[in-house]
Amino acid sequence: MESLERIIAEQPFVEGLESYYLQLLVGCARNVVFEAGHTVFREGEEAHEFYLLRHGKVAIEIHAPQRPPIVVETLADGDVLGWSWLIPPHHWRFTARAVTQVRAIALDGKCLRTKCEANHDLGYELLKRFADIMSRRVDAARYQVIDVYGGGVNQ
Amino acid sequence: MSPDDPMLPVAYRVEKVTKETRDTFTLVTRRVDRAPRHAFEPGQFSMLYVCAVGELPISISGDTADKQNLTYTVRSVGQVTNQLVSLGVGDTLGVRGPFGVPWPVEEARGKDVVVVAGGIGLAPLRPVLYHILRRREEYGRLVLLYGARSPQDQLFRKELTQWSQAPESRVLTTVDYGGVNWHGHVGVVTTMFRYVRLRPERTIAMVCGPEIMMRFVARELETRGVERSQIRVSMERNMKCGCGFCGHCQYGPDFICKDGPVFSYDRIQSRMEAYEI
Ligand SMILES: Cc1cc2nc3c(=O)[nH]c(=O)nc-3n(C[C@H](O)[C@H](O)[C@H](O)COP(=O)(O)OP(=O)(O)OC[C@H]3O[C@@H](n4cnc5c(N)ncnc54)[C@H](O)[C@@H]3O)c2cc1C
Ligand code: FES
Repeated sequence: MESLERIIAEQPFVEGLESYYLQLLVGCARNVVFEAGHTVFREGEEAHEFYLLRHGKVAIEIHAPQRPPIVVETLADGDVLGWSWLIPPHHWRFTARAVTQVRAIALDGKCLRTKCEANHDLGYELLKRFADIMSRRVDAARYQVIDVYGGGVNQ
Repeated sequence: MSPDDPMLPVAYRVEKVTKETRDTFTLVTRRVDRAPRHAFEPGQFSMLYVCAVGELPISISGDTADKQNLTYTVRSVGQVTNQLVSLGVGDTLGVRGPFGVPWPVEEARGKDVVVVAGGIGLAPLRPVLYHILRRREEYGRLVLLYGARSPQDQLFRKELTQWSQAPESRVLTTVDYGGVNWHGHVGVVTTMFRYVRLRPERTIAMVCGPEIMMRFVARELETRGVERSQIRVSMERNMKCGCGFCGHCQYGPDFICKDGPVFSYDRIQSRMEAYEI
């Protein structure tokens, strides 16, 4: 069986991370599988974990009364799902649903926060990586709201 | 005047009309006088004249190997395009051209080709895909990233599935708004780069879509190490003559109809990032 450490080491999120820090992550990690249709987390719930997606697709949804959920984004192999574990008050802002069967590594947020408080170098490494993901997602969300394919001549 | 006079429209008859999406139709047309159709290269456009309505530039979206027909995919956005998509089988239209600088399919030989399209931008790139897939062994990896507003706005859906099954080819499609029954990707086309590993030193990219999308895509390609000179984009401006006489399509020192529409990104990057050109 593949060791958890090997599996995590293959994830783009930890590329270039020193093995000492990788060990610290492994101590907070476990393998998870979600079947298609399973709600991974729900808006408003406490954010205990985040996920490194190995295989499968997850939809990030906003729920509104009297209308079907709106899928704002999908994430897939190699993506990181969730950062609310890092930011107080540690509650999910969106709902995440498995679109297909999903295999992922779940990382325990409390465990990691404790390690980051004790080891600021680890905290800084993780923050830099999350800042990169967040800035890319903000860019993508901005492009989405301007209806980027709608324009034509002279736009 | 000879029928090859670039200012003189030649009559073509509509042979077939396919509804691609709610506002986009593909017209297959054939010369009325039964002479060989105009020769074209992938990325070139024709000036299409609809009697009593007007004339406008439309890219050829068909296969260069189809020796009988010229095929166009038109999105209805205004007066002339509305009329074009209302044409039925047997109706005629005037065709001038083809005009313009084509996609660099020869230069791309031996390289990995990344094709990025947004919305109607897939139409001018379809001849490139036909060209490469027919000569698969002459090119490296083929990646097609295609973004549309919604699943219903995706063009050429059957062909997208076929292309994804070709050897050494990766087709990733995404939409801005999916709905819960959509099982594909949701997010703008730039987010699809996460799922492909590029070999930037041997990659050439061809990008077509609204200008704003092409800018974002070019930036993403640069971030991933693809040189500006290896990124080609297709520009749109309003046109009149289509062949470099009238100056209507002037874009800085270039005329889009004659020096483009396909440009190397290093040539026009600063203009694309400036306002009001
Ligand atoms: C080289 C080149 C190749 C082209 N290839 C194609 C093609 O393959 N298929 C195709 O459908 N179109 C293509 N176009 C765009 C097409 O020529 C224009 O959509 C057309 O000129 C619009 O004319 P119209 O009379 O229908 O609209 P107009 O009456 O001139 O415009 C109506 C409204 O629509 C807006 N508008 C105009 N064009 C667009 C557009 N493209 N998208 C969104 N809004 C627009 C205008 O700003 C205006 O508000 C190409 C343009 C160029 C320069
Ligand atoms: S349209 Fe006349 S010069 Fe380009």
